[in-house]
Amino acid sequence: MIASMAGALPTEFVMTQISYAAVLPMLLVFGGAMIGVLIEAFAPRRFRHEAQVTLTLLTLVAALVAIATSARDHQGITAAGAVVIDGPALIFQGVIVALAAVGVLAMAERFTADEADAFTQSGAAVPGSPREAAAVRLGATSTEVFPLTLFAVAGMMLFPASADLLVMFVALEVLSLPLYILSGLARRRRLLSQEASLKYFLLGAFSSAFFLFGAALIYGYAGSLELSDIATAVQNQSGMDGLLIPGVLLVVVGLLFKVGAAPFHAWTPDVYQGAPSPVTGFMAAGTKVAAFGALLRVLYVAFEGVRWDWMPILWGVAILTMVVGAVLSVTQTDMKRLLAYSSIAHAGFILVGVLALNQKGVSSTLFYLVAYGFMTIAAFAIVALVRSSGNEATHLSQWAGLGKRSPIVAGVFAFLLLAFTGIPLTSGFTAKFAVFAAAVAGGGTWLVIVGIICSGITAFVYIRIIVLMYFSEPAGDTMVMTPTVMSTLCISLGTLVTLWLGIIPSPLLDLASQSTLFLR
Amino acid sequence: MSHSYVPLLFFAGIGAAFAVFSVMIAPIAGPRHYNRAKLDAYECGINPTPQAEGGGKVPIKYYITAMLFIVFDIESVFLYPFAVAFDKMGLFALVEMVLFILTVFVAYAYVWRRGGLEWD
Repeated sequence: MIASMAGALPTEFVMTQISYAAVLPMLLVFGGAMIGVLIEAFAPRRFRHEAQVTLTLLTLVAALVAIATSARDHQGITAAGAVVIDGPALIFQGVIVALAAVGVLAMAERFTADEADAFTQSGAAVPGSPREAAAVRLGATSTEVFPLTLFAVAGMMLFPASADLLVMFVALEVLSLPLYILSGLARRRRLLSQEASLKYFLLGAFSSAFFLFGAALIYGYAGSLELSDIATAVQNQSGMDGLLIPGVLLVVVGLLFKVGAAPFHAWTPDVYQGAPSPVTGFMAAGTKVAAFGALLRVLYVAFEGVRWDWMPILWGVAILTMVVGAVLSVTQTDMKRLLAYSSIAHAGFILVGVLALNQKGVSSTLFYLVAYGFMTIAAFAIVALVRSSGNEATHLSQWAGLGKRSPIVAGVFAFLLLAFTGIPLTSGFTAKFAVFAAAVAGGGTWLVIVGIICSGITAFVYIRIIVLMYFSEPAGDTMVMTPTVMSTLCISLGTLVTLWLGIIPSPLLDLASQSTLFLR
Repeated sequence: MSHSYVPLLFFAGIGAAFAVFSVMIAPIAGPRHYNRAKLDAYECGINPTPQAEGGGKVPIKYYITAMLFIVFDIESVFLYPFAVAFDKMGLFALVEMVLFILTVFVAYAYVWRRGGLEWD
């Protein structure tokens, strides 16, 4: 018997209570994005860039303050069971906002000439067309990236804080749609960028459909889309597994798409390669944090009761993700594709933490996401600096001898690569250790063994790049752009956080382990 | 747990085998007649429409109008329940709705200022 049939038609009108203090951070970001759109519409062109960068950074700082003060004091389920602000939601939102702020710094980079940022003059014009030429003559710039980023950030913040599968779907779309546009806005190699955008859009729409279909099946099973009601139904209701299990798997597939886990990873290399590098960094970090937040909430809150049905499948996905990411990164010759496969491998390591299914699983996943997010944004900001005849020098051979040409940039990049590997004194080591320790405690020893082997394989890839940068002669016309304060700040912040979390990880680990309790 | 998935595995195997078999057998056993109609675009048996001048690209200016329509469409969808429940919610609902309509107009203002309403 479907539990909710009795109360299907409410006769009494009940007004929804919304705790504005709890959702203030998200409202701030949405509001900032709105003002950004108005700036695009009404401000003169020459002021737009400065105005947008200032507005975006101020909005993100204000949101961070609001998370730490107002939202933290008003935890609970609000907006008619649509949004839940609890420990994990708050910390995920905080991490997303912080990563976005660092990512925006990289997007704001314009070098010395006023129009040399990473974004095209006119995203809607056909590459090489008269309209594009006209936009170049006008000195147009795509300052829309900043409001688009804020919209994406707002969606990312709602994603791990949704208490309802339908709200989660809306958040998924809100975070995805701006990202589809952002990845098509590269200034150079525009066709590649537009191809990436289209692929991302098609596969993203595909995965959204999976998610929605799964949600529909689960509604058929539980009679509700709220995660807590689903959890209750899973506990108390027997039979109808034919609706529940496919529903669970379809929802999880939708989320794994966003995470970039194999076998749903096919879009990752193409999109990471084609998108403008600062956007790739932001996207890689932000989407992963948000999607893993949502995945944790769905698995730990709603579907925990049927874990014996999805655990073996996710074990397989985690192993496949680690192996595919690690093995295929060995064969890559393009820096951005290599980092994309590395991100797939990292998604596999993070899944190992998720599958621990204990408190440590949540906190170690969080720690890994923070560590990975900062190093990725910094790494892609560096990729944007290394140029060859105007374009980004993404082929690995163009990075040969960079240590001799530009010791600082090569040194920082080598440090970040060591962090990707998981060498002690970097955040990557602590993160991997935490995730694997949680998995062993949760009975996932085999996963950890595969994880360590794959770490070894990826270590070969990263060390090979370091060797290439330091022990081969410079070739070609590769040069490093002199960054302005924006990307300098972005790269330094990313690197310092990586170093700090490697030497003194306990403050973040403590904070993460204090906020592992999902509100039901 | 695991034995209940064995039929599923069988089903997946049979499905894959059928797909592979169908694709493989078609070029071997199927007849091959090439003619002009086979190279045309398939439009449900109707003769394909002739291509537009200038390389077969059709102007899609209308899409901006269509997208703008969706924006206002969504707005009116939300106005209906608001209108029904307005007397029970009072000033709060009015303020919320005005805020909502303002956000929709932000999109409209952007399209207008950036020349989305000009046809040429």
